[in-house]
Amino acid sequence: MSKHTIQFTVNGASHTVEAESRILLVHVIREQLALTGTHIGCDTSSCGACTIILNGRAIKSCTMFAVQAHGASIETIEGVAGPAGLHPLQEGFWEKHGLQCGFCTPGMIMAAKALLERNPEPTEHEIRYGISGNLCRCTGYVKIVEAIQYAAEKLREQSAVEVPA
Amino acid sequence: MIPSVFDFYAPRTLDEAVALLTEHGDDAKILAGGQSLIPAMRFRLAAPAVLVDINGLTGLDYIRETESYLAIGALTRESSLEEHAFIPARYPLLADAAHVIADPLVRNRATVGGNLAHADPANDHPAVMLAYGAEIHAHGPRGARAIPIDDFFTGMFSTALQPDELLTEIRIPRPGPFSGGAYIKVERKVGDYAVSAVAVQLTMNGEVCTAIRIALTNVSPAPMRAEIAEHVLIGQPLSDLNLEAAGQAAAAACDPSADLRGSIDYKRDLTRILVKRAVRKAAERAA
Repeated sequence: MSKHTIQFTVNGASHTVEAESRILLVHVIREQLALTGTHIGCDTSSCGACTIILNGRAIKSCTMFAVQAHGASIETIEGVAGPAGLHPLQEGFWEKHGLQCGFCTPGMIMAAKALLERNPEPTEHEIRYGISGNLCRCTGYVKIVEAIQYAAEKLREQSAVEVPA
Repeated sequence: MIPSVFDFYAPRTLDEAVALLTEHGDDAKILAGGQSLIPAMRFRLAAPAVLVDINGLTGLDYIRETESYLAIGALTRESSLEEHAFIPARYPLLADAAHVIADPLVRNRATVGGNLAHADPANDHPAVMLAYGAEIHAHGPRGARAIPIDDFFTGMFSTALQPDELLTEIRIPRPGPFSGGAYIKVERKVGDYAVSAVAVQLTMNGEVCTAIRIALTNVSPAPMRAEIAEHVLIGQPLSDLNLEAAGQAAAAACDPSADLRGSIDYKRDLTRILVKRAVRKAAERAA
């Protein structure tokens, strides 16, 4: 059996954990760090409920071994809200009814966050393409797309305010 | 599900990786993007005793163009192909495929080298690289060697790579003037494997097709070229009649199996149609 000491940053905080090589990253996030907002929706790398942002890219944390995250910087749904309150994406899902059961929502938000960081003005098609690795069995996606459009607009307004005149 | 127990190594250099592969032989598997291997290990379809994680190797993640070829480092992520500045314009067959491999989250991890080395006939890059006539570069204890893509796939999930060899680079010949390519895939939903898909790379001289390579995804036990369909079209105009003949030749040559994605007859007929569409699209791009 091979056990490893893994150091990484999660939502800005440094963590050191021990895990067997066969333990998946999602299991360390949920069970050792108790960050249960990252969900497990399937066994087949299909659903995207476990989406996190690893070194700036949205990935499925069920399809990576925890030991591979040594030295990485990770962002989960728990790190999305700021001290001032909800992130515009979270607000968008609230305002536009972007969820029903909510199980896919953390993954959707992480995928959308990575998308908007790369492309602050996505078209509807680009949003749908960007979240095509995340399954939702309730909404039919229409409200999720609206929620992301809401967030994109709000983020653009915020960055416009921050730029000195 | 949790995979079986294995020993994990993360070499920092190519030589270290090769030394580990030499030491562990058939017990070892190379872990690149892991987007096929990890799901297989979770289902215990694969239970390697040793994993050699090559993600820490520097200098294997690059896309470079020389005067004669495009070089893609084995660890290049699929998303890098999609986001690349000139690939969509100059290598449209490659760009078409990059958009339809798995889903965007998987493409952020999955690698071009892994897609080829895994040699799953359902994977998309094997047909793409067969159509391009690419060259695979590998590194092992006896040094580096080049393997023509036509000799690379030796069966289902098997390649010409030795257990102690590592795929390092893929070289795609730079398309000449009046060349074009296309990849058309029919999938049930995003992230699924192809029901059938067709890769075409061709060169035109006016109305006449002077060179063409056609390869098929997921309609045979191993990645395959549809050479009979190529022969139908070489030196000919791409008339409806010739395209139909090429489509029928590919449909007859392929060897699909019936599964949830469709019957054998359906997959053959879909392949016939996709050959026609992909050749037409490639020819439009060659103009």
